[in-house]
Amino acid sequence: MSEKVMTSKKKLNVKPVYLESGIEVDPVYTSVDNQDSEHSNEMPGEYPFTRGIHPTMYRTRPFTIRQYAGFASPEETNERFHFLIKNGQSGLNVAFDLPTQCGLDSDDSRAFGEVGRVGMSIDTLKDFEVAFKGIDLDKITVSMTINGSAIILIAMYIALAEKLGYNINTLRGTAQNDILKEFIGRGTWIFPVDKSVKLVVDTIEYCAKNVPKYSPVSVCGYHIRESGANPIQEMAYAFCIAKTYTDGALSRGINIDDFASRLSFNFDIYGNLFEQIAKFRGGRRLWAKIIREEYHAKNDKSSWMRMIAGGGGGGLTKEQPENNIIRSAYYALISALSGTQTMALCSYDEAYTIPTEKAAEISLRTMQIMIHEMGICDTVDPLGGSYYVESLTDRFEKEIKNEMKKVDEWGGMEQAVATGKIQESVSKQAYKREIGIQEGQVPKVGVNMFTRKEEQKPVDFHPYNEEAASKQIDKLKQIKDDRNNDVLKESLLAIKMDAESDKNLMPSIICAVKEYATVGEITQVLKEVYGEFEEPIMF
Amino acid sequence: MKILLSKPGLDGHDVGVKVLAHALIDAGYQLKYTGLRKSIEDIVAMAKQYEVDVIGLSILSGTHLILCEKMADEMKDFDIPWVVGGNIPAQDIEQLLSLGATAAFPTGTKVREVVKYFGELNVKA
Repeated sequence: MSEKVMTSKKKLNVKPVYLESGIEVDPVYTSVDNQDSEHSNEMPGEYPFTRGIHPTMYRTRPFTIRQYAGFASPEETNERFHFLIKNGQSGLNVAFDLPTQCGLDSDDSRAFGEVGRVGMSIDTLKDFEVAFKGIDLDKITVSMTINGSAIILIAMYIALAEKLGYNINTLRGTAQNDILKEFIGRGTWIFPVDKSVKLVVDTIEYCAKNVPKYSPVSVCGYHIRESGANPIQEMAYAFCIAKTYTDGALSRGINIDDFASRLSFNFDIYGNLFEQIAKFRGGRRLWAKIIREEYHAKNDKSSWMRMIAGGGGGGLTKEQPENNIIRSAYYALISALSGTQTMALCSYDEAYTIPTEKAAEISLRTMQIMIHEMGICDTVDPLGGSYYVESLTDRFEKEIKNEMKKVDEWGGMEQAVATGKIQESVSKQAYKREIGIQEGQVPKVGVNMFTRKEEQKPVDFHPYNEEAASKQIDKLKQIKDDRNNDVLKESLLAIKMDAESDKNLMPSIICAVKEYATVGEITQVLKEVYGEFEEPIMF
Repeated sequence: MKILLSKPGLDGHDVGVKVLAHALIDAGYQLKYTGLRKSIEDIVAMAKQYEVDVIGLSILSGTHLILCEKMADEMKDFDIPWVVGGNIPAQDIEQLLSLGATAAFPTGTKVREVVKYFGELNVKA
């Protein structure tokens, strides 16, 4: 039988086809392609979780829909929180402005023109007190998109909860806090690579011991892929990053099972449908094996690759923007067929404008139609057993592992990022891909094929709110006048001493933020001890 | 011709500026890149230090007008052309040109067009 299949497969005379990852794809797959697989009888919810981390997945509860949103001021954020709670929601993503992300105060000259522009502006704990006024922190989970200054913002969140009398032992919430990917894409790094990793590990250690329900890190393959990585590299680099944080936590004497289950991943979706699905299935299997076999975790939950995966902006186009609605629907389908935990889609118009309410609603409805009309939640891992998907899943597991070895050869992730090795390889690929799209070798509908003359869409922004920015600066001045500046100075000195003696900085930062130390002041103290990252320039 | 590509302000989106850097190098230009988060003063100082013939600013966070006003100030006594690229609304282009930018390339501009523009500058120089 299999011989017959093999011979007939050979007879198919077609031109070779390659995935973006470089893997060649056959015109047909058969049982022969899966016969060596050791995973053919695997069930969902069973190690190594190729088919999903839960036995019944969406049949029990559909993936979480979590759309991004950014608000300029703590006051607006507070209003929004109350609105969402009234409408039955229990979580919100908080975006921060660039000064907050880079550890600068609103009154810093480098922050000029940026205060409150791309998210909420936070200088001191006072801003958090305003943003979360009247909110039950036990009922709402707050997800913070913050990296370079994450340790300060996490400390503020914990300080707020303590001040309000919550038991931090049960406090929930998440922070992005993946600094290594910031060196590859997105760019809100502050300190040298090793010190930056140390700060992430401080948050993991502190949370594992004191705030065990908090998820201090979400490792982002997303931004790495958006910067030019192919799907294999996206997974491989994310896993290498997660391993770096894991190694750091273990070196502090924490048990793998006391923190690994709080790590989660943020991944990108665009490009070939089957390639993305295989990348997630193969990646999930590999991560489970790494955590159990290399790190000897005993708890199954530790080895779950929990993920948020939605449509990547990289796949969407400014040309014929309505096509992005269709693309996003496919991305949502890919995400669901890959067993995601949480989904977020880009708005079809965000390549050129402030997403309209209509566009945001279409994104939401896309996911709801899939859940309620398409039967996507009825059966777990419906592509499991597909000759093609299983074969490609096996291949991805292998290729991701090989790519991780390359990073080891570069001296590990910290080293590879500090020397700019990863940045260089990723940016060369971004160049190749962009030229490929512009010259037509990489097909893109509406861009290099099936184009039509269309009106140039003007790019549009929210107008900058200068008044809100100067209000924020006035507020900061007031706080600086009102606080006990002697106690404050001591608290900053305590951070400095802890940094110099390489202690975990969470306790001293929590103390300082309670005295209304600013994000900029704390960052400055750390810069004095650690120095700043010097970007390796490849040109 | 020697070109300095730069990232002024706090915006960390550098995929586009690096794509352009690769393209300009492939087209045979000498190229310098400032790296992220430089002040306008830093950028102009680097341009003088490297003796470049043209400066490119890449800005995606929406602060292009504020940054380019500063650029206009800093370039008063330094007579080389400068161009801006990034998330630039159509209605802002005229203002950028009146501040002294010789060209503005909003996102979506073809890499080839930008390279061609530098080629034309080269001929004029």
